[in-house]
Amino acid sequence: MILIQGLYKQFGKLEVLKGIDLEVGKGKVVVVIGPSGSGKTTMLRCLNVLETPTNGVISIEDNTLDFSKNVPKKNIAEFRRLTGMVFQSYNLFPHKTALENVMEGPIIVKKENRDAARKKAQALLEKVGLGDKIDFYPAQLSGGQQQRVGIARALAMEPKVMLFDEPTSALDPELVGEVLKVMKDLANEGMTMIVVTHEMRFAREAADEVIFMDQGVVVERNKPEEIFTNPKEERTRKFLNMIQ
Amino acid sequence: MKMYLNSIFADPERTARLIDIAQSSFLPLMKGAIFYTIPLTIITFIVGLLLAILTALARISHVKIFQIIARIYVSAIRGTPLLVQLFIIFYGLPSIGIIIDSYIAAVIGFSLSVGAYTSEIIRAAILSTPKGQWEAGYSIGMSYSQVLRRIILPQAARVSIPPLSNSFISLVKDTSLASLVLVSEMFRKAQEIAASNYEFLLVYSEAALIYWVICFILSSIQQMMEKKLDRYV
Repeated sequence: MILIQGLYKQFGKLEVLKGIDLEVGKGKVVVVIGPSGSGKTTMLRCLNVLETPTNGVISIEDNTLDFSKNVPKKNIAEFRRLTGMVFQSYNLFPHKTALENVMEGPIIVKKENRDAARKKAQALLEKVGLGDKIDFYPAQLSGGQQQRVGIARALAMEPKVMLFDEPTSALDPELVGEVLKVMKDLANEGMTMIVVTHEMRFAREAADEVIFMDQGVVVERNKPEEIFTNPKEERTRKFLNMIQ
Repeated sequence: MKMYLNSIFADPERTARLIDIAQSSFLPLMKGAIFYTIPLTIITFIVGLLLAILTALARISHVKIFQIIARIYVSAIRGTPLLVQLFIIFYGLPSIGIIIDSYIAAVIGFSLSVGAYTSEIIRAAILSTPKGQWEAGYSIGMSYSQVLRRIILPQAARVSIPPLSNSFISLVKDTSLASLVLVSEMFRKAQEIAASNYEFLLVYSEAALIYWVICFILSSIQQMMEKKLDRYV
């Protein structure tokens, strides 16, 4: 369903992605791990074109962007709507309430009717356990609550795939669980997800596949139980030893 | 000073005359303020602010030519006196056949000035909005102009209210320069009244007091707006 072929990204002289090939099936949960600077976040950001790849092809279902040619802005905007992004620092709109944050995309981008959008946003916030906080501003919410609003906001656009960029890294330890629970529920409902994270427990419990990246390439990919107990590559073993 | 005060209070006739002038000049001064000074301030501030937003966007855009035009505009306006700009527009342009009504000339002159000065405020406010806000907007499929209008500018507005209020209050007082291009705003009214009765100190002080009251009211409004926008910070 998601296909990445020969993905390259360069920042000036620094080559961050050196030819990534990856396919993710519908409804699969893929966790990407790796040391900082390995390019995992950049790969995720290329998937919704927050970074423009230097070269490569990415496709989601039958929408394809080929970066060996010039890609029109309109195609990028359309492509982005297939993905939902959850940021490490939540990036909620501080001047809007939780409900307004979630309604913004459906109303402004999808031109949905206000009442319908409100109902849907309310249902999504209830789903992430924030039914009683819909009129709160982000500054009035805890980090975990903000991140759950962030997930609801992304879901409101009905994306084909959800991208999580270290969604729990900025959270106090006691708030990590509530976000991971929402993500697990989502995985169980059959949402296709690509998750960059350091939460190995989440990887073990929810991932269909774990990908280990280092220095801009995919070093190893396997089922979580395999990769954690029996890593094939030396670099993977070293990394797992370091964090466990 | 002592002599002046003596002359007022020692001579009942003069006291009566001064009170009379103060009273009779109040209405014309207020007319100047209400029909010219205040509308001139509001119109030029709105036009200037739109100009400032465009200029700020041009400055931060990636299109070189926009950047250059914006830079030259800001540099030229900030590098020359406002009074000279007004004289060029009102007294200078007629020599090449462009004749502009004095009020319109003032609107153009002040708007250009406000646009240049406040564009820097707007630019700084836009740049102070975290990059993640743009990304969050894009990630839910919004276009550049949608993110700008719905996400960035409302947040930039909050940051820029104190410095913008400053510019607005300065503008109220700068409009007195329009008297020199024959706009019959409050200060020109004051000059006319004083010229007929020679009570310069009294009439100009009265005008000053009205400016002060207007600016005081504006400052209070600024505080109210800040409080209102503070609710989500």
